[in-house]
Amino acid sequence: MGRILLMKGITKRFGNIVANDRVDFELNRGEIHGLLGENGAGKTTLMNILYGIYTPDEGDIYINGTRVNIRSPYDAIRFGISMVHQNFKLVQSHTVAENVALGLKDTGFFYPTRSVERKIEEFSKRYGFKIDPNTPVWQLSAGEKQRVEIIKAFCRDAKIFILDEPTTMLTPIEIKELFNLLKLLREEGVSVVLITHKLDEVMDVCDRVTILRGGKRVDTVDTGKVDKEDLARMMFGQDINLRPRTQFVSSFEKDVVLEVRDLTVLNDKGLPAVKDVSFDIHRGEIFGIAGVSGNGQRELIEAITGLRKVARGSIRILGEDVTNMKVKEILNRRVAHIPEERMRLGIVPSMSLEDNVILRNYDKSPFSNGLLLDYNVISDYARDLIAEYRISAQDSKVPAGTLSGGNIQKLILARELSISPVLIIASHPTQGLDVRSSQQIHNLLVKKKEEGCAILLVSEDLQELLDLSDRIAVMFNGSIRGIKDIEEVSIDEIGSLMVGV
Amino acid sequence: MLTKYKSLWLSILVIALGLLAIDLISGIRPDIIFKSIVISAFGSIYGLSETLTKSIPLMLCGLGLSLAFRSSVWNIGAEGQLLMGAIGATWVALYIMPNVPGPILIPVMFLVGAIFGGIWALIPAILKVKFNLNEIIVSLMMNYIAIELVNYLVYGPWKSPYEWGFPYSTKFPLSAQLPRISNTRIHYPTLIIAVILAVVFYIILNRSKFGYEMRVVGDNMEAARYAGLDISRVILLVLILSGGLAGLAGVGEVAGIHHRLRVASGISPGYGYTAVIVAWLGRLNPLLIIIVSFLFGGLLVGGDAIQVSLGLPGATINFINGLILIFLLVQSFSRGRASLTRKRRSEV
Amino acid sequence: MNIIVDILKATIPAGTPLLLGALGEIYVERSGILNLGVEGMMIMGAVSAFGVTAITNNVWLGILISSIVGGGMAFIHAFNSITLKANQTLSGLSLTMLGLGLSGLIGKRYIGMPLPVKLYNLPLGALKDIPIIGHVLFDQDPIVYMSYILAFVFWFLLFNSRFGIELRSVGESPDVADSAGINVSKIQYLAVIIGGMMAGLGGAYLSVAYAPAWIEGMTAGMGWIVLAITIFSLWRPERAIIGSYLFGGIRVLQYRLQPFGISPSLLNMLPFIFTILVLMIASREISRKKISAPSSLGVPYFREKIL
Repeated sequence: MGRILLMKGITKRFGNIVANDRVDFELNRGEIHGLLGENGAGKTTLMNILYGIYTPDEGDIYINGTRVNIRSPYDAIRFGISMVHQNFKLVQSHTVAENVALGLKDTGFFYPTRSVERKIEEFSKRYGFKIDPNTPVWQLSAGEKQRVEIIKAFCRDAKIFILDEPTTMLTPIEIKELFNLLKLLREEGVSVVLITHKLDEVMDVCDRVTILRGGKRVDTVDTGKVDKEDLARMMFGQDINLRPRTQFVSSFEKDVVLEVRDLTVLNDKGLPAVKDVSFDIHRGEIFGIAGVSGNGQRELIEAITGLRKVARGSIRILGEDVTNMKVKEILNRRVAHIPEERMRLGIVPSMSLEDNVILRNYDKSPFSNGLLLDYNVISDYARDLIAEYRISAQDSKVPAGTLSGGNIQKLILARELSISPVLIIASHPTQGLDVRSSQQIHNLLVKKKEEGCAILLVSEDLQELLDLSDRIAVMFNGSIRGIKDIEEVSIDEIGSLMVGV
Repeated sequence: MLTKYKSLWLSILVIALGLLAIDLISGIRPDIIFKSIVISAFGSIYGLSETLTKSIPLMLCGLGLSLAFRSSVWNIGAEGQLLMGAIGATWVALYIMPNVPGPILIPVMFLVGAIFGGIWALIPAILKVKFNLNEIIVSLMMNYIAIELVNYLVYGPWKSPYEWGFPYSTKFPLSAQLPRISNTRIHYPTLIIAVILAVVFYIILNRSKFGYEMRVVGDNMEAARYAGLDISRVILLVLILSGGLAGLAGVGEVAGIHHRLRVASGISPGYGYTAVIVAWLGRLNPLLIIIVSFLFGGLLVGGDAIQVSLGLPGATINFINGLILIFLLVQSFSRGRASLTRKRRSEV
Repeated sequence: MNIIVDILKATIPAGTPLLLGALGEIYVERSGILNLGVEGMMIMGAVSAFGVTAITNNVWLGILISSIVGGGMAFIHAFNSITLKANQTLSGLSLTMLGLGLSGLIGKRYIGMPLPVKLYNLPLGALKDIPIIGHVLFDQDPIVYMSYILAFVFWFLLFNSRFGIELRSVGESPDVADSAGINVSKIQYLAVIIGGMMAGLGGAYLSVAYAPAWIEGMTAGMGWIVLAITIFSLWRPERAIIGSYLFGGIRVLQYRLQPFGISPSLLNMLPFIFTILVLMIASREISRKKISAPSSLGVPYFREKIL
């Protein structure tokens, strides 16, 4: 069959995070090759490099044996590479034909949609679909939109299709249709890279699969020669250890702090991202939710913190119904929120540490009395927190954005934890941090737990979850699966649940 | 690649080209023009007093705009809000309380003027919050509606029967005319209000709860949302304040200088737009704005003077203002602050 | 009856500078850029056309130069907005100020000067004889005829050409266009410069055909009406035609209705009020992406770098 693509020694860094670490990846003609790994494993980064959205710091790309330089999507398209993104890159108000025609060079300047319409019909006939080229895209279903994306690739004579988590928005029937289509394309000699974290799909439709973990390539195997458990193990690694729990705090009554019942939350596109989720979190307990990003965790947190409306179901904090309350009202009930993206959502980088530290309670005394803020009190408060949380900063007046990642996170924790919360929502709290900072953050969370806080910990870092959680659940495709006490859980089990086994 | 150094040179080039253009086209050397402006604006008591007079509306509008800009709300409707303030003052002076003594009348005029200006700004604010409409476009359109409204009034229902058909309203009663510093046109009550408000807003911006909210919303709206701040409330209040300040400027112009309502172009030669430069140059700092207003007031005075002394057209000042603004834009790139814009959810 | 035909006939030249400007500005905003410098570009077009015509006795050369001048100013705006990614509002306003000022300086010597070469009406033979419509539409000057053709061309290209699809995609979803391999900056530069050229052309029409004369500040706010029309038409050239003649017609009617007690100022408000109303009505459809609209007018495009 022959090799069509070779990526050799690809390394890509973002700051001091190594997203891809000397990764090799090869693709044969007429093959469907899965790219498997957790988020942060580097698979999207690798493919973004192939598609010209990023340039690698080191490494080379060879197409058909010739070394190539891909500096933009324009180059990638020229080399026959086409990427179907997870959030469809379609102009919603334009028709199918206009979207497909976008960027095509050989359609003729006038009436470019005419030649495209022909190709669309040809494609539909060949693969058994019906897509009306003149429908505006916003009217199409998710499955149809995806087909438009594939038609786009097809019309560019792509020889390499990259599909990024293509089944996220599809119904089971649509998934089946997609896979049939992929198999037909394969017969024609097209190569497909399928980025996914769902093992079922890998086993279903891929010929080979490459597993990435922590930016490095673990292995490349034939799917016929392995089973799902093998794959899960490769994804999550053997070096995760279940540390013996230091203490399972039982000195508190098992008061329920957070009660979530039958919660359904819609995402930005109006589809359910959280489906009928129910769980409780008790005082003095860390409840971990494992799972690959994009399975509804963000929407779940937004619903609990008041940032997103709830479609169905209820949320109660200390017995009080807080469903659909405003953010401020929920936070005032002593809920701490450590958001996922610290720079963008957690701090105001241009403002001083002092200003950031009072973001939650600037309107309460003693920080303000009447209309004015009392900067004397605020400065002292900031200084105390900086000392207590060991934040390294010159003084409390420097802009928060100048701190290192770990210190920013400590700042956020300082602010959130010092309101004596009853409930802490921590979303990926140590993402992108070095080991020492992560350790410090963990210690802070455990301390709060010992004081009786209930903590909801959402993370993709399985080690972190296993280290900290008292109970752990997995979120997959909007549903919570398998809530278990930490002693009763095995890594294989979690890993499998995370990828939909 | 556009480096910071290159853009610094570019901004200097812009100035050089501009000066060259003036030289070639008008036949007068730029330094002569510059000297003429400076001398007329700052070289005599009369000049200084005129400069101060013209700086008053710039101060008030500039202050209002700086509040809005600080919160990332792009209010370019100061011109219209000023005019609405003028209408409000005229309404009170001529039709609501024509026989009320000064000490009561004047504060009411200021209050009503501020309210009119505030309401005028409230419209783009509500449209932004409720319909996600781009406030730049709406506030801009409102300017022209206000201009036409003023013109309608002075050519129509409010046209004075005593002015031989000219588009003036009746002259304000003495009680509605703001006192001036003797022999000048400096209507000092407005000036005092402007300076006091500048200090007040400096304090509000930097030391009050609301000012804090403004700064957070302006610098990182997402973090504000996550912290539970009521963003809509901030936007609405900021625009109302912004419009109110411009409205005060309008009151000052009709009650302090013209003592009547006249055609829009007679009340404001574009103060609302010049104030945009003032707000930006003043680094959105209320105290700095007072100084910058004074300088631009001088520029306006100088602009009038060079029409007479050098025969230059009145539009010359526009050219200079535009040149300054472009210079600032290009040059700010070299300081890494080119983008006053922030990423925002898609708007109409 | 004759009065109505006369009014209609006068509406066309009144709306022509607006139409020319709006066609261009539609392209600019369709690419996602907001150009508040239209007024400055129009008046610079006016003064350039007048000046060049006065010097060379060649009206067409004047018109050509005016569009180059407009395009040149637009290039500055494009540079500020696209390359420097600076605040587009300030950039546009600065060019308006610059244009108003520079045109005043340049035009001083032309005040009161009659234009040596005038552009006469060119009645189009048989077409002119069509009852009413022929008289109104086909007994105009050559630039008006040009504007008819340009309106068609702009409309056609926007919806039926490769450039049009690329332009609309860049404005509505720059990340999608980028992902499809399109050079977003190039398209934006092109659109902005075209916009400037059309604005210059609109201004030229004023000084060389409509008036014809040079008066300081003669555009008298037309640039802002152009902006209103651009939005009022929801960025569709065929609606800009309606808007331009509608608002041009209001200008013509202004003075004719005055004896009836209808204030010209109230009429002048209408374009701006209509624009706001249209925006309000359309906002929901636009945010649901059912109507084509530039998504982030005034916000620079950064190819997203995650992390």
